[in-house]
Amino acid sequence: MSQLPADLKYTKSHEWVRALADGTVEIGITDHAQHALGDLVFVEVPQAGRKVQAGEACAVVESVKAASDVYAPLSGEITGGNPKLAAEPEAVNTSPYREGWLMRLRPAPGALAAAALMPAAEYQKVLDAEGG
Amino acid sequence: MPVGRQTPLFKLHQELNARIVDFGGWDMPVQYSSQIGEHHAVRRGAGVFDVSHMCVVDLHGSRVREFLRQLLANDVARLQSLGKALYSCMLNEQGGVRDDLIAYYLGESWYRLVVNAGTRDRDLAWITAQAQPFAVQVSERSDLALLAIQGPEARAKAAQILPSAAATEALALPTFVGRELGRWFVARTGYTGEDGFEIMMPAADAVPAWRSLNALGVASCGLGARDTLRLEAGMNLYGNDMDETTHPFESGLGWTLAMTPRERGFVGRAALEGIERAGSPRKLVGLLLEDRGVLRSHQKVIVPSVGEGAITSGTFSPTLERSIGLARVPAATAERVQVDIRGKLLSARVVKPPFVRFGKSLVS
Repeated sequence: MSQLPADLKYTKSHEWVRALADGTVEIGITDHAQHALGDLVFVEVPQAGRKVQAGEACAVVESVKAASDVYAPLSGEITGGNPKLAAEPEAVNTSPYREGWLMRLRPAPGALAAAALMPAAEYQKVLDAEGG
Repeated sequence: MPVGRQTPLFKLHQELNARIVDFGGWDMPVQYSSQIGEHHAVRRGAGVFDVSHMCVVDLHGSRVREFLRQLLANDVARLQSLGKALYSCMLNEQGGVRDDLIAYYLGESWYRLVVNAGTRDRDLAWITAQAQPFAVQVSERSDLALLAIQGPEARAKAAQILPSAAATEALALPTFVGRELGRWFVARTGYTGEDGFEIMMPAADAVPAWRSLNALGVASCGLGARDTLRLEAGMNLYGNDMDETTHPFESGLGWTLAMTPRERGFVGRAALEGIERAGSPRKLVGLLLEDRGVLRSHQKVIVPSVGEGAITSGTFSPTLERSIGLARVPAATAERVQVDIRGKLLSARVVKPPFVRFGKSLVS
């Protein structure tokens, strides 16, 4: 059973978004997503300063089996990727909502309000509908 | 979702919480808990795989050897003692690989083939048609389950689920030899680069055998781990590393061709002789990725001032903790290549497979 922290927002493509105190957001993939991917062996995160549009592929997570894109849940400018993941990609498996965050982003003006983000209960319905 | 064919172990896989995927039309377990964990279990201890989707074919007839000497690119006349196995390609007239298989010599008028699951139907049709002039009877043994028990502890553990007389015989089997021991056919073969057995047994025996192996500490392993293990061992996967459009010389399989005696006319021979005379313009090599990233099949390989090629199999090697692959490249490729991974050129070193054998790294 996937765990879904109530303080996060979620996307249909299985990313999560955490609002940080400084106005930036932290982004990762959900427990459901990491479980579906299996053991992660390589993570590529975007460079600080890169501007991304909502829905744009901006990170790659690779398990033994396959590579998957991670999409920007909202538009903005990347402020940094998680430096720990170069040496420890498995942190995404063991701690998808904390140690295994992928990137931080400063939302473009109005981007947070405009983003198609769901609360935990609604994302749970997406998972139920997928049979997860 | 369409339901694929299922092996006699399917319900047990579900009970063991396996993730089930489609594999050549079969619903097969890709992993149980962790693919990397299952991989290490085989390198360090013992693991069991359900490979019942593979197709076991018995061939009976007084002219069966003559038939196989025409059908296969390797020569079954090399099998001198009963039970001995031979790895061979089965070719088309152009020298392309219809399938790769294992042939066991079980009697003067009895051989057994094990062919791939994905090629089952067309292999059976081809073999049956080719067998007709030799009056060889072709029987698919769908009554059998096939378990692969692999790893440094595999033979000792597997012997514990055999009756004691059979266990002694099984443990005495030389490599690449199989024998009927009671109702089971036990062979010292595998696809992981480790020692072990592949055991064919009546379907009804498979679930109790699997449970007994688990109770002895043999880990349930899925096809995901099987793929990383075979690639570390430098073994080809049909459909990835070779197929009907590629010939053995460009697939790292030249060593399986019995070009002598010259008078043995097997399917594909004339084409192979032409290729051998001219020299194959391409070859299959092992690659070790020196940068961070993961090699995957179909990625482009750039050989500076020589040409281009492509990855045929790629993965992350759990034993080496870096990415490895097989690639088809121009014959003149030397030591260094670049691989295009999502638009970035990463550097890789050409190495001779296998990468890992009996738990030990063979590359530096």
